[in-house]
Amino acid sequence: MVDSLLSTATRRCLLIRTAGFAAGVAVSSAPLRAARATPQAMQEAIRRIVGEAGLQHGKVTLDVPPLVENGNTVPLTVSVESPMSEADHVKAIHIVNEKNPQPFVISTAIGPRAGRASLSTRIKLADSQEVVAVAEMSDGSFWSGSADVVVTIAACVEDLR
Amino acid sequence: MTGFPRARRGLAAALLCLTPMAAFAADIPEAQRRSGYEFMAPETRAIEDDDAANPGMLTVLDGDALWNRGEGPAGKSCASCHGDGPTSMTGVAARYPAVDAALGAPVDLEERINLCRTEHQETTPLPFESKDLVALTAFLAHRSKGRPIDIAEDPQTRRFASAGKAIFERRQGQLNLSCAQCHDDNWGERLGGAMIPQAHPTGYPLYRLEWQSIGSLRRRLRNCLAGMRAEPYPDDAPEIVDLELYLAWRARGLLIDTPAVRP
Amino acid sequence: MARVMINLPPRAKRGEVVAVKTLISHPMESGFRVGTNGALIPRDIITLFTCTYNGEEVFRAELSPAIAANPFIAFFTTATESGTMVFRWTGDNGFSTTETAAITVE
Repeated sequence: MVDSLLSTATRRCLLIRTAGFAAGVAVSSAPLRAARATPQAMQEAIRRIVGEAGLQHGKVTLDVPPLVENGNTVPLTVSVESPMSEADHVKAIHIVNEKNPQPFVISTAIGPRAGRASLSTRIKLADSQEVVAVAEMSDGSFWSGSADVVVTIAACVEDLR
Repeated sequence: MTGFPRARRGLAAALLCLTPMAAFAADIPEAQRRSGYEFMAPETRAIEDDDAANPGMLTVLDGDALWNRGEGPAGKSCASCHGDGPTSMTGVAARYPAVDAALGAPVDLEERINLCRTEHQETTPLPFESKDLVALTAFLAHRSKGRPIDIAEDPQTRRFASAGKAIFERRQGQLNLSCAQCHDDNWGERLGGAMIPQAHPTGYPLYRLEWQSIGSLRRRLRNCLAGMRAEPYPDDAPEIVDLELYLAWRARGLLIDTPAVRP
Repeated sequence: MARVMINLPPRAKRGEVVAVKTLISHPMESGFRVGTNGALIPRDIITLFTCTYNGEEVFRAELSPAIAANPFIAFFTTATESGTMVFRWTGDNGFSTTETAAITVE
């Protein structure tokens, strides 16, 4: 029997599979022009993650190149300052963006067993934009960090076959 | 990314803004030759350097499995002739493209693999850019990682390399542009947002971020020609191998870094 | 069968925080790209990645179309006892891949 990391409180916060995201996908399946995310969509996504708690800036470092050679593959590391003890640890890290067709990038759930609250992955960015990482702490507080990324594209692109 | 139509208009506009080119292109002096690796941002280099993060390594693993798979009526694997020890096939990819004595013409690594499949394994050749052929090529080229490109220096090879050089220096397509004008004359400058490399094929098959997949030099050349608004050669055209041979000869001494990661 | 690479130290000291790097081949087709025929290429992504350590979940990630092709995910976990880590990726079109890695903890 696998012990899930998620309490029901945190489960609400992993939004990618909730109705909010599903609705986002449905809109995006329509003509591409309608699907553009906006800074407001990102703020709305952050509001859904954070709920009634306030969002504080700090503790979260978003390590992403300021100028990216190709928006298809942008390496990114999020680190959160935390003792990662039973009493005081990071429960979840969420990443959202401003100008992709939809605002969510990834939502991760961790716990004190992580030892270190740090995540690395590679993301897609459709345009130059702000990327925001939100950390949910065990005491119910939310902290964020952000980065601005300039995205360039290749000069000689390939015909899609 | 869906920027494809925008990028091509941008490319045409950028090229028209370039200052007039010299009447002929000059070879890059040997002391100034640099792998495309050195033109990349540190973050992209980091992806290439970490075997645990380099997506091309997934393909090398696929190639390893294929190398050991029995093919044809006798169920012969590549390993059954060529071995599968740590040093088997090292240095082989560094010599390709190479003139095949029986054909009297150069073949690249992909064609060499297919010749082995048809002649020795008695099975069907793999289509260009098929997952299996790219994987086998990546596996073989990875066995030469860290070794210098070492194209043969005999008169017959030189003859075909000269034919490739003529293609490299010939103006082509709607933009009347030659490979040399960007890659010999303007390497290190920017085209659109991208820095122009010297176009040395040290890392093929490579994981191109633009493709979000691993691909061969043949595929990259098709992209280049389409980007120049020139007619790409058919996959089996002798011009392609002549050009690949010239590019490899031009890159002689530079170290192989397959599977490379490039923007 | 999707090709997977898992990278973590085979041995660690009890209590040591170890880095786990995972890489899987998958096109992560976003569903927002338009093909040459003008039609949207349908979405095909991995949606969920989990890691358990001797049966207890130590990492979970919900992926979106904004994750790059051939997803690379690296995280940390504490080496608590010897055993098995199980990695599982699931996604669109019934995609499902599981890989395991052993860890010896002294």
